[in-house]
Amino acid sequence: MTEPQDKSRRKFVAGAAVAGAGLGVAALAPGLHLIEVAGAAPQAPRAAGEPAPSTVRWGMLIDTTKCATGCDKCVTACHTENGINETVQDVRQGSQWIRKIDLKDPKNGRTHSLPMMCQHCEKPPCVDVCPTGASMKRADGIVLVDRHICIGCRYCMMACPYKARSFVHQPLTAQNPEVPRGLGCVESCTFCVHRVDKGLQPACVEACPERAMLFGDLNDPTSEIAKRLAQEPATQVRADLKLNVGVRYKGI
Amino acid sequence: MKAAALALLLALASAAALAGAPKPALKIENPGQCIAPTEEMRKNHMEMLKHQRDRTLRQGIRGEKASLNGCIECHASKATGSVLGKGGFCQECHAYAAVKLDCWDCHQPKAGFKHAGAVGVKP
Repeated sequence: MTEPQDKSRRKFVAGAAVAGAGLGVAALAPGLHLIEVAGAAPQAPRAAGEPAPSTVRWGMLIDTTKCATGCDKCVTACHTENGINETVQDVRQGSQWIRKIDLKDPKNGRTHSLPMMCQHCEKPPCVDVCPTGASMKRADGIVLVDRHICIGCRYCMMACPYKARSFVHQPLTAQNPEVPRGLGCVESCTFCVHRVDKGLQPACVEACPERAMLFGDLNDPTSEIAKRLAQEPATQVRADLKLNVGVRYKGI
Repeated sequence: MKAAALALLLALASAAALAGAPKPALKIENPGQCIAPTEEMRKNHMEMLKHQRDRTLRQGIRGEKASLNGCIECHASKATGSVLGKGGFCQECHAYAAVKLDCWDCHQPKAGFKHAGAVGVKP
């Protein structure tokens, strides 16, 4: 796999198929290989000095029919990747960038499980209410907190309909060098922006053993996520708020 | 007479200040590799980092010349791995200049830091 980032995903997959055909069926037999390669690099890493493109809108499709009850590998992967490793005095104060929710329909007893995190709204209420402009949306649709100017008022936590944001109540010392976070600031899921900029997938997507999470560009009709959204029924949580969220759920 | 007394007082005070505050003892682990001449770095490092941080976070521009992780790659002490603490590159000078240093409240001050302990928020 030499320099796959220089090609578009599509060309690369086509190239891999040709290479596989050249080697015979055995090379392609698991079929998994192609999926893994395609999943490993959804886009080329952005060149140094280039801003995030406004033509892209990052989004996620979560298949709740695949998501297993009791599995929290996405949460663990998020904690590892983003350095959420502190011991808190009060468990209610712990940071939750992503959490698992178990749902049960009381009428028929159907249960399902899903991960809930920042939904990366097109019109984010957290950005609307922020008094300093710290809560912001990047050109490619990723909603972030600029901790340099966050004053920790927590208005955005009140405004978020998804309870996606957390506040850091204590000094931290064991941050991941690529993920700065600290006392007195609000934080939430960043879609692993430091990984996305490198052409990688968010940690939770990569960690999901059921492959229930799919990350990609909602604006690109050739992307896997856009194709699946065009074919399969998927819903937005609290679609009535008309926030046009970036995270879509299938099967709820 | 008054002016002379004042001048004497000022001279004494400045002499005391010179004697009382030892110059920071900085050890540069990788000398001669910096992104700009020493004088420019001393004067403008905060401006470089401020503009870079805004471009990186708000516009998503990566791979800029100035970056905090770039600073600590060269300037973290080989003994402690950090730019903070006694003799730490950042802290030593900021303590001398009496300028509050809050970058490292959020950013990791140790070069190549990897957390090896428990993962996740524990009560």
